[in-house]
Amino acid sequence: MNKPVLADLEKGQQIGSRELSFSRADLLRYAAASGDHNPIHWNDRFAHEVGLDGVIAHGMLTMGSAVGLVSDWAGDPGAVVDYQARFTKPVPVPDVQTGSPETPTARLLITGKIGAVDAEERRIRVDLTVELLGAPTETQGQELSPEADQEPARTKVLAKSQAIVLL
Amino acid sequence: MINQDRQGHQYPPAAPYQVSREAIREFAQAVKADHPAHHELEAAQALGHRDLVAPPSFAVIVAQRAEAAVVNDAEAGIDFSRVVHAEERFTHQHPILAGDTLQAQVTLERIRTMGAGAMVTTRVEISAADGEPRATVTSSLLVRTEEDPA
Repeated sequence: MNKPVLADLEKGQQIGSRELSFSRADLLRYAAASGDHNPIHWNDRFAHEVGLDGVIAHGMLTMGSAVGLVSDWAGDPGAVVDYQARFTKPVPVPDVQTGSPETPTARLLITGKIGAVDAEERRIRVDLTVELLGAPTETQGQELSPEADQEPARTKVLAKSQAIVLL
Repeated sequence: MINQDRQGHQYPPAAPYQVSREAIREFAQAVKADHPAHHELEAAQALGHRDLVAPPSFAVIVAQRAEAAVVNDAEAGIDFSRVVHAEERFTHQHPILAGDTLQAQVTLERIRTMGAGAMVTTRVEISAADGEPRATVTSSLLVRTEEDPA
């Protein structure tokens, strides 16, 4: 696996991007794997009762999935020595109308760029942008204006999402 | 009522957590992390690791078990029935690997009241069985301090 070469890196460089999607089944898998069984991540009735529009993804699922871009870029997940994020907006994961709960109903776009290079300590800060993409076909996407059908709405769901890679 | 004096309180260590290869694979699958070092022993060893490498946010499992001590602390007086996760940070002193037995100890770092809520920050220190530090997990939760008028 190719690892980035320190001498080639500078602030502002893009490390790439990827799209992630979440389904209700993904939320169940994350609950099981993490031990976080908060019902706002699997029960619509309960989510409504605490003031949400419906089931939302675990913030830690969003955060934990987004960093895969950095692990793969670094060539070694063990090189990600620090990772932080602020949760600014929920990621709604509505149930599908019919069929398999594996059908994704939320799409995220992850992009990463180099925020700082510390050549002496061999530490690279990667700044991640994590955006929820509006789905024009869904009634859930109220943020979409009727005429904005060509560009999906983008909502930043994490802030100060930064990973430090030790090269 | 939130007891501000509880700031800085360190709780007894949580029960040790044994990291299995299966737990790493299951967590990696859940966060869609398909890097081979999470899944195949040979791939992890080729990178110089003793065993499978946990994804960067795996420590949340261990941290949340330790944080239960704060949630269940009657003396702190914090109502965790309605929380919003505000912030999380993982600092790894060494990657978490399959085969590790992890000790975790939580400190109630800070309580900052703000309007009808409070920002509660906890810090969990995670170490291996030999005492070598593995990770520091800092977590901030926004909790309610007033009754919902609705």
